[in-house]
This record gives sequence, structure tokens and C-alpha cells, in this order.
Amino acid sequence: MMSQTDETPAVAKRRDNNMAESNNQSAETKLSDVHKRIKAAFETFDNAANNTVDVREIGTIIYSLGCFPSQADLHDFIAEVEEDHSGYIHLDRFLPAMTKVLLEHKFPPIPKDLLLQAFEVLDKDNKGYLEPEELTKYMTQEGEPFTQEEMEEMLTGLADHERNVIYYKDVINQLAIDPDM
Amino acid sequence: MGCGTSVATETQGKRVERDEAVQTPGPALTMKAAVLIQRWYRRYMARLEMRRRYTWNIFQSIEYAGEQDQLQLSSFFSFMLDNFTQLNGNGPDLISQLLDPVVDPWLDREICYSLILVPESYSGPRLSFPLSVSDTNALLAAFKEQQTLHARYVLQLLYETKKLLKQMPNIIHLSTSYTKEITICGDLHGRLDDLLLIFYKNGLPSAETPYVFNGDFVDRGKKSVEVVILLFAYLLLYPDNMHLNRGNHEDYIMNLRYGFTKEVMQKYKTHGQEILQLFQDVFSLLPVATVIDGKILIVHGGISDQTNLDFLSSIERHKVKSALRFPKRSLEQLDIGQSCRLTKRLRLTDGSRPSSSRSHSKNQRTQNQRRCGLSRQDMPFLDSLTSVPLPSPPQNEQEWKQIVDVLWSDPKIQEGCSPNTFRGGGCYFGPDVTQRLLLQHGLQLLIRSHECKQEGYELCHGGQVITIFSASNYYEEGSNRGAYIKVGRELVPRFYQYQVSRTTRKLTLTQRVRAAEGSALRALKEKLFAHRSELMCGFQEYDQNYTGRVSVSEWALVLEAVLRLDLPWRTLRPHLARLAPDGSVEYQSCFEDMGPGIPLPQVTSNLAETLFRYRTDIEIIFNIIDKDHSGLISIEEFRHTWRLFSAHLGVAIDDSAIDDLARSIDFNKDGSIDFTEFLEAFRVVHKLDSKDPHLSEKMSRKKYS
Repeated sequence: MMSQTDETPAVAKRRDNNMAESNNQSAETKLSDVHKRIKAAFETFDNAANNTVDVREIGTIIYSLGCFPSQADLHDFIAEVEEDHSGYIHLDRFLPAMTKVLLEHKFPPIPKDLLLQAFEVLDKDNKGYLEPEELTKYMTQEGEPFTQEEMEEMLTGLADHERNVIYYKDVINQLAIDPDM
Repeated sequence: MGCGTSVATETQGKRVERDEAVQTPGPALTMKAAVLIQRWYRRYMARLEMRRRYTWNIFQSIEYAGEQDQLQLSSFFSFMLDNFTQLNGNGPDLISQLLDPVVDPWLDREICYSLILVPESYSGPRLSFPLSVSDTNALLAAFKEQQTLHARYVLQLLYETKKLLKQMPNIIHLSTSYTKEITICGDLHGRLDDLLLIFYKNGLPSAETPYVFNGDFVDRGKKSVEVVILLFAYLLLYPDNMHLNRGNHEDYIMNLRYGFTKEVMQKYKTHGQEILQLFQDVFSLLPVATVIDGKILIVHGGISDQTNLDFLSSIERHKVKSALRFPKRSLEQLDIGQSCRLTKRLRLTDGSRPSSSRSHSKNQRTQNQRRCGLSRQDMPFLDSLTSVPLPSPPQNEQEWKQIVDVLWSDPKIQEGCSPNTFRGGGCYFGPDVTQRLLLQHGLQLLIRSHECKQEGYELCHGGQVITIFSASNYYEEGSNRGAYIKVGRELVPRFYQYQVSRTTRKLTLTQRVRAAEGSALRALKEKLFAHRSELMCGFQEYDQNYTGRVSVSEWALVLEAVLRLDLPWRTLRPHLARLAPDGSVEYQSCFEDMGPGIPLPQVTSNLAETLFRYRTDIEIIFNIIDKDHSGLISIEEFRHTWRLFSAHLGVAIDDSAIDDLARSIDFNKDGSIDFTEFLEAFRVVHKLDSKDPHLSEKMSRKKYS
């Protein structure tokens, strides 16, 4: 049975590693470290140096902090923190909301085997790979659809160069996320 | 999962035997699967974007820090030149002879090139003056085929260009009323491919397609000679439709460091020196600004609050041969202050840089530290500060400042104008400064270059300032696009972007980011290595018990205090240092990956670090001393230079250590040193990287093929 809330041992371990920095520290230090991480990520996108970021960058910032929200999750989050549809989000509102997300592990990472199962659902004929047209159909018509740009980049990035198909098992392993912050 | 169970396959492509019939999963499940994959992939792309941004930050910080060092060195030169008449009894003005060569009057006469014989076997273009379209076409074809133009024609081209430029004013006024649209290009930096791509997309220069090239044609790229020859050729062919502004790299001292001098000497072994001499003259004769329809001002760098276009029009621009030679000062005016640390230039631009607000407050702090008396201003060279009096500077200094401001300044977000007293020239100018100048001269737009931008262009100061940059992939393959502007009678700029690709196969974003990131991190690690002892001191202050560990915050603090690169250290930490099980940083691990090129037994680690840090500066000094560019200098010269250098570095390295070093490097014991070999020892090798640095370039080419 496929479920999005199952936490495999791998996930738990990763979460514990994330907390490694704070294991031997007091609650205040731990909180302060979390705040520092959030601020550091936020500042990278704060181009005008006035503690605001464009709302369209929020997804990137949250992802970069180790979270895996869906688009729906993002919309909910933004609704909470955006300044009256101004298109901007201020650090003052982002910081507490994001701190909560991190401390509560609200958007945990997707375990590899779950991801594999997802691909297998789409690979109806059980070929072990997906044709570009198949993947395009699903990614652009189902779920939270990709834009054409996103789709092109995905195909260029994931397709095997000789056969022009997507060997999803390889891809899952290749696209290993770089060392976590 | 419906009725059919899916079994995870171990290998790909094998059909899975099943007992049950294959059933199509229901729509709900398909949707769930799709959402999961999309979530995963989007997050991956977002992480990539983060990496791309901080890679960009690293390149920019290091580039600007490098240029800062460069200018430190030149203030040292100027000081030496003006004040030391004897160097340890080795005769008068050793340095002045080197930096201020007497101009060879031979070069101003036509026969400087006409006596050079072009052999029958030469298959490159044979130019005939005045140039015609067939000559420029021949040049284009030849350069595409990797041919080199014969020295005779180079000299003749430069001679003719010099004649033409002498007739031009400092500021060129253009009008759109007789033309279709004017195309404005930014830095090219020796990238022939980008220039050819622009010509391909936009058309060759002609009466219908006029161009303005906004400086920095040379240095850094490998085809500076070809780029600048083409630009000058079109200038001669269409003097009314081709316009070149001087950039800060059209400067012979910059060329010594950033590659143009080397390239010329490699391509022209016999006549290289004469060619360089003529280039020096031609560069200083390039106009410094262009104005379109009295409304759009185009300069390479920017402006300062002192910029006055009328004054700028009146000065003798060719007298400022190099921005890096400060106007003369007398000995009494100078007074060596205490040794202080180098303070790096602080970047305060909008766009690609994070935490500008943090930089600003840092700037304030260091200003306070530097103040040594109200009537004097501090100017550093290398690690000491020199204190000079403030009252009105002599005429030639004002002229020098006007030109340097226009070639070296950068816009910043905050209001005001902060002259960079460390550089002695160039400013950071705020939106108010822009506004004031535009109003004063009835202008509506400032177009400048000088800074690399991700998309090839960037607007700031509410759209009143445009930065245009035309060298794509400037830092690394895939790092940025190039762009050019087209502007017609309505004076509304339109942007055209492009990117040169070395390979025919399209690179994925991942590959490009990885390549750029690798390159940036290597450069950053070298910076860490070059400041190892200071960093270790800093770490140990937080680690009194010698555990070898500090917290991540402390680690980041030390790095920023020592290196002053204003980078997101916490984000970069995984690439630079190891964590202990308790989450603290093992700070020694920062330096594990690096080692010296060729271990020389006489070289203690202290000396090694110093030589490594100032390696580029030392290379420049050697290049200057080595007048015939043979790659060799005498041991005596080596000793003298080293003594001068170390005196101002405040580094205690005794003469005998240097003598030992010199003798050991003189491998063939003939009294001269091959300094390329010497410098090889102080190149850093990345132990975990490709073994042979010359291989790494070949390897990176292979990776994409």
C-alpha cells in the first residue's frame, strides 16, 4: 500500500542526522541554529537587502532547507505568510512559520522506494523505463502539472542519451541530493 | 494499489514475470504517483538553483577580491617609482626603468612595420591599407580557421588605428537619425566566439549596422588578439559606424596580469614587444565615453559624484596610460603608517549578491578603524597603510580621477558615493548620483558594462542604469549568458541574449551547475589555503582547549573575518569542511584537500603560504622585470625584487632563505631563473582532484563530448 506518510528507517535516520548539530545543545541554541539556517537561505534571495523576497522564490527557499512540500502545501504556506497579496514575503512572518515547519518536520523527504513505486505505477507495461511521451503526458496533465520549460529540462536531464528513454531506477539513484546543510 | 501488484525490478529492461494479469492503476493512484514525482523533481531543481546562486557568488567575490589585490600592488609600484632612486646600490631607478620605458620613437614612424618582410610561405591575410571589406572578410575567415595575422600587418593596423584615434575627441556623440539602430555590446574579454556570434546574429558592422563596443576587449580569454584586431579593423573601415570605448582592461598593467601581454608574446615571439608598445599607445587613445542623441551615456564602468562630462571632454586622455599608476607624489607627502590588514573592497550591488545590508555595516566599522587624522587620507599598499594629505590635488590627478572613475566605478543600491580610497580610484555610486548626473546633462539613461551578469544584462537605479555584458560563459561553461542592446530613434533599449556552446550536445542544467560549482569551489579552497595560518589562528581563538573543533557558527565567523568574501558559509560548509559526530566542525579538514605543486625542501610552510598568496603579484613583477619576455630573470634581480616585496609585506623572511631558494631554483646554474618553474612550485594542487592540472582542461572538454 502506498502512503505518503510512511517513514522508512532511512528517512528517520536522515532526520536524526539533521538534528546532529543540535543533539548536545540546549533548546535555545538549537532554536537559534534553526533561525540562522532559515535566515541564511532567505538572504540568498533577498536581492534588495530589505528582508523581503519575491513570493515566487519561496518554494526554492523551502526546498533548499530540506523540505519536500507539494504545490498545495506551498500554496497553504504562502497564504499564511504573504503580505496581503503584495507579491512579497517578509522575514518577520517567514521566520516563525518556517521554524515551525522545520521543528515539526512538516514536509519530510520522499523515500527512494516510494519514489520507485510511483514510477512503476506510471510504467503500466512494466518495461522498466518510460518513453518521453509517456512521462510528458503524466507530468504535464496529471497531479500538479509541469510547465513546458520544466518538462523540457526534465527530459534533457533524465533521458538516456542513446535510447532516449527514462530508466527511472537509475535516475532515482543518480539524482542524489548533495550533502544536506 | 489496485489489484495487480508491482514487483520492483533489480535490473532494467527485463520483463517481469507475473502471475496476475496486468491491470491499469486507477486515476487516483496515477495522480498520487504523478504528484510525488513532481514534488521530488521540483525540489531537486530548487536545490540546483541554490547551488547555482552560491556558485555565482563565489566567482564574483573572488574576482573582485582579486582585482582589489591587483590595485594594492600597483600602489606599491607607484610608491617605488616615485621615491626610490637607488635600490641597494644597484644603480638608479631599477623599477622606474621597468615601468616607465622610454618610448621608442622608432614606433611612431611608418617604417616600423614596412621593413618587416612577410615570407611567401605565409598563408594568412595580407591586408592593404586603406582597408576594404575584402580585408575584414579575410580576417574573419582567417581567425575562424585559427590563423594568426602576421606581425607586419598587426603593426600597420595599430599604427593606422593610432593615427585615427588621435583625431577623435574624448567623448563621441552619435545620432540615431541617420541610422537604423545602434547596437551596444559590453565586455568581450578575448572571447572570439561571442564576437562572431554577435556578428552572425546581428550582422557585420556597416552603415546600416552601427556598433558601440563598451571596453574590455582583451584579457582573460584566449583570443584577445583576434578580437581586438577585428574591432580595430572595422574601426578603420567604418570610422563613422564603429565606436570603441576604453575599458579598464585597455591598460598595459592590467594586461600584464590578466593575460593579454602573455598572449601577444606567445603569438608574436619576434615583434611582440613592439606590438605591445603600440597597443599601450592605442589603448590610451581610445575615447572614454559615447553619447547617443544627447540622451544615452555609454561608459565602461560608471560615474562618481565628481564626474563632469565637460571637464572630461577637455582633458588629454592619452596621458593616463594606466589607471594603476597614481599621479606623482613627493616624498614628504608620504609617511608610512602602521601595518594593518588588507581590507577588501565591499560589494554593494543589487542583483546577484546576498546580504548587502550586512556588508554595509561592515563598511562602517572598518572606516572607523582606518581613520588616522582628519587632514589625511589612508591609502594602503600591500599590508601597510600610507597616509596622504587631503587638500586639493594637482591638475593631473583630477584628470586621472575623471578617467579612472569612468572606467572603474560600479553602481550600488544605497544612496551616496563611496570613493574607494583603498583603490585610490573608482567609486560606488548610488541612485542619487545617477539621477543628479543625468539631470545635469539632460540625459535619460546610463549604459555601462564592467560587471558580469547572469542574463547578460541587468537594470538598476530604477531603470536609469543598464549593465550590458557580452562574454557568455565568463566564469565557466554555462555560468551566464551574453547580451547586446539595440536602440533606435525612440531610444528604447531592446535586449538580445545568447550563449556560446562548446559542444553540440545540449548540456543539462545539472551538468552546467556541477561544472561551474566545481570550478568555483576549487578557487574558493585555494583562497582558504592561501590564508591558512590566519584562519588557524582565528579557529584556535575559539578552541582554547585544542579539541580541533569549533561550532558551525564560529567556523563561519572566522572565515568571513579573514577572507571577507561575504559568502553563505553555512551553505557551503559541506563542500569545505567535515563535521564531527557531535555536529561541530573539524576545522583542519578545510586544508586537507590541498597541497603545494612541487615540494621544495627550502620552502617552509610559512614561506610557501606567502608565496602562494601573492603568487599572481609576484608573477606580474617578474613579467615586468623580464623585459624581453624570455621567461628568465637574473638571480640578482630576483633577490632585489624579493627584498622590496617582503619589506612591504611585513613578512619576516630572511635574506639567506631567499638566497637559498634562488640558488635552488637556478637549476642549470647559469645565474638566471626560469620563473615559470619557480611559480609552479606555488601553484596549488587539489589532491582529490585530477592529478595533472593540464589534464583537467582536457578532461572537462571530454566530459561534454
